[in-house]
Amino acid sequence: MTDIFELLKGKQNSKGDFQKQPVIVQGITGKFGTRHTKLMMEYGTNIVAGVTPGKGGQKFENTVPIYETVKEAVDKTGAKISIMFVPAKFFLGAAKDALEAGIKLLVAIPEHVPVQDTMKIVEIAKQKGAIVIGPNTPGVMIPGLIKIGIMPASPFKFGNTAVLSKSGTLLYEIGNNLSNSGFGQCITLGIGGDPINGTRLVDAFDMVKDYPALDGIVVVGEIGGDAEEVLAQKIIDEKFEKPVVAYIAGRKAPKEKRMGHAGAIVMGNYGSAESKITMFSKANIPVAKKPVELPILLAGKMEKK
Amino acid sequence: MRLLEYQAKELFKEYDIKVPDSIASKDIESGRKDAEKIGYPFVIKAQVPVGGRGKAGGIQKCHNEDEFELKYPQVLNMSIKGEKTRAVLLEKMSEYEKEIYLSLFLNRSKRCYTIISSAEGGVEIESVEDQVIREVGSGDVTKKVAEEVAKEIGLDENSIPHFVDILQKLSKLTVEKEAELTEINPLVILKDGSMMALDGKIMTDDNSNFRHKELAKYHEQTDLEKKAEESGFSLVELDGNIAVIGNGAGLVMSTLDMLTDNGGKAACFLDVGGTATEESVYEALTLISKMKNVKAVLVNLYGGIVKTTIVASAFLKAYDDKIIILPVFARLMGAESDKSKEMLKDSETKLSPSIEEAINKAVMEVNK
Repeated sequence: MTDIFELLKGKQNSKGDFQKQPVIVQGITGKFGTRHTKLMMEYGTNIVAGVTPGKGGQKFENTVPIYETVKEAVDKTGAKISIMFVPAKFFLGAAKDALEAGIKLLVAIPEHVPVQDTMKIVEIAKQKGAIVIGPNTPGVMIPGLIKIGIMPASPFKFGNTAVLSKSGTLLYEIGNNLSNSGFGQCITLGIGGDPINGTRLVDAFDMVKDYPALDGIVVVGEIGGDAEEVLAQKIIDEKFEKPVVAYIAGRKAPKEKRMGHAGAIVMGNYGSAESKITMFSKANIPVAKKPVELPILLAGKMEKK
Repeated sequence: MRLLEYQAKELFKEYDIKVPDSIASKDIESGRKDAEKIGYPFVIKAQVPVGGRGKAGGIQKCHNEDEFELKYPQVLNMSIKGEKTRAVLLEKMSEYEKEIYLSLFLNRSKRCYTIISSAEGGVEIESVEDQVIREVGSGDVTKKVAEEVAKEIGLDENSIPHFVDILQKLSKLTVEKEAELTEINPLVILKDGSMMALDGKIMTDDNSNFRHKELAKYHEQTDLEKKAEESGFSLVELDGNIAVIGNGAGLVMSTLDMLTDNGGKAACFLDVGGTATEESVYEALTLISKMKNVKAVLVNLYGGIVKTTIVASAFLKAYDDKIIILPVFARLMGAESDKSKEMLKDSETKLSPSIEEAINKAVMEVNK
């Protein structure tokens, strides 16, 4: 499996600095893409190229070259990472281009991507050995080092807790709570609120569980599907011993209604908060009743160790 | 989209899956004409986008005109789990030998479609022990797989070809219409071994609506839902009296949970999207002002990139423009929140440093 940390950080040079990995932006000239590219660059992310068909040859902010195709951008820069801001109906084509051009980490921001399109991309990513995060994700970041996404910088501080979330703003809220309580983060990753995720909760767990300095994992789940249940079972099966705490949004949501996210829907018992909370308690993972309780639960788990 | 039974059955018919004779109506005059066409006895079925209607009295047998005149209005005017009847289906009663279960369903953690079938039909599948489950990738079902499922649920030689036929048609429908779930429960076996869908449930992928103009006629929305969609918001109307607004689905769900835990009842779930702007907050308040029974508004925003002062000016503008007169209890997290508090100190919007405090104040307000 590709090491997400190495993929994001690059290798340390002789001075101990990380060689920041080059990142390209698909849809760099759109309003949303432009705004967040600037914010990522401010954060220190090494944006080396943009892709916007019809605007090849121009420069973004007079510095970043824009290419017609992902292939051209990859050939010129050697980038293995791409973040995508294209409208949902162009996701399939744009994601295919990226994976075929050799992108190994694709962060797909667009919301409202049809499930069948995501399923097709998941298949291609498997064949190519690539990681897709999203769609409908806020992105991924290593606080203080690299931000590939649309999350604000302020809630997150560097540390040793991993945060994995289905939700965007709830990730910011909880990141802020954790940072304020002294739990900095080694990685924060939004898997997205869609029914089908390029990186599932269990995949995200696999990416972070062997990180040497890791001292705990915070899972921010929500109603819909069975990602939380599957993760809880995996944690039981693998006898994972580091502290894990969780939060589930949507306990009081009505059944059979989509609650904002395409994936946030309870059908019968499938996707219900009760089912998730029951499985988490089987795995000895405490579930917070509200976001502000998470740092307290995490501190409690760490003391017990 | 969650299709109503009669809509699901229209699609079944389109795919040549047999269904009983039935006609849907939305008023008793049309219903009377349908009754003549169908002929007594028949079943009156409430069309609601939620399960469990049988137990709630949403399915009634009807033997003559007197019963019809009594039961049609009852079914038309009932609410099941907070959902009003959208239409009434009159359906010919069917004689059959056996009820079974069949569905195709998107398994999210395995990221593939799954066939679920059982020799026991007509009850909730979750309560059935003997389920046959088969993963079928992107949803296409081969004849071989369909035959295997038929044998596993114990169908006799006579019924197997009929089952294979229906399963393959259901698979075609699922893939072509981009459904997350297609369910026939019960699928009934008739005397001659052929099969008929007695009930149907279809859930399509809303994000693929743009590719399915033919399904647009099934997209039933209230005026408010339509307006919300036009603004790029997600709205779920609920039956309480505190309107809940926030940015991001997870954050709004979390607010709804905490409000309910503290004895409040939400009038709606309104997600203005991840990034709150002055315009989106103003539009959200406009939308809320059109809702009945709302006594207070609870706002939970995580600013992040947007300054909270921008949101504060949206509240002030909404009061100035007389869009809203309701008290608003808000928690705005993000840059310049002190300045926002100052801006709003003489307004009907009360800022709280925590969502817990905002919730308590909102609950006290409506219980006053």
